[in-house]
Amino acid sequence: MDPSLVTPGTLFFFLLASVVLISSVGVALAPNILYSAFSLLGTLAGIAGLYLYLGADFVGIVQLLIYVGGILVLILFAVLLTNKIGEVRLSNLSAGLSLGVPASVALFALLARVATSTQWPLTEEAAAPGTARLGDAFLREHLLPFELASLILLMALVGAMVIARRAAKEESRSVPEGTHDRLA
Amino acid sequence: MTAVLSVGLNHFLVLSALLFAIGLLTVATRRNAVAILMGVELILNAAALNFVAFSNYVEGAVGGQVFAVFIIVMAAAEAAIALAIVLAIFRHFRTIDSNETATLNN
Repeated sequence: MDPSLVTPGTLFFFLLASVVLISSVGVALAPNILYSAFSLLGTLAGIAGLYLYLGADFVGIVQLLIYVGGILVLILFAVLLTNKIGEVRLSNLSAGLSLGVPASVALFALLARVATSTQWPLTEEAAAPGTARLGDAFLREHLLPFELASLILLMALVGAMVIARRAAKEESRSVPEGTHDRLA
Repeated sequence: MTAVLSVGLNHFLVLSALLFAIGLLTVATRRNAVAILMGVELILNAAALNFVAFSNYVEGAVGGQVFAVFIIVMAAAEAAIALAIVLAIFRHFRTIDSNETATLNN
């Protein structure tokens, strides 16, 4: 291997790719669901790094803020609220691996073959950090989807509260006194 | 060796195909509803990575990044709703095993 061919960017890419792949395999196969959740941290942070590599700095920061700072914490809350800590080890069973692994490998082979055998119309335009262009795109040609996204976020916020609250109310009606646990 | 060592569009496409396959494996084999949700997040991330890679290598503009931001927004909404549903299911069934919560009316 000629060392002059290995640029720092290439090393950076392969490092991030291996982090993403190893931790996503951990998400799929870890025996303990807490390990799965923390592996997801590695995957999401690695993908944020890949966004930075691709010159999408705003998307990378958004990925870190929303995925790692928001969604992952939400998932950890759900894990810890829905598993009694003592039985966490038994809570992450996988079923049908003998069927699922060949199906996933076949799908990957198909996707990779299609992706690599297609002649993509590559551009030579250099990747410039485009946060200003991104903001321009959001407030000009993508203004309607942008506003709709904020509406959807509001609806999701209210809907999540309604769903979780209704369940709590039902339980307080149907469960006799003295059997409440800390979730009720 | 040069083709392998200079990172291009194909590297990102293969990486996100692999990520998609692993996410599909997670969704298909896990029995815990929260773990299934993690598989969905992997799949969404694979799609968003493809959008940003195409935006960089093919489009040369920011359209793909706009899509990636929208995917992240949708993923946040989806995670909030799905986790509220998971909590409601857990309160009702005392489990979130997707095999044991297969009843619509008890």
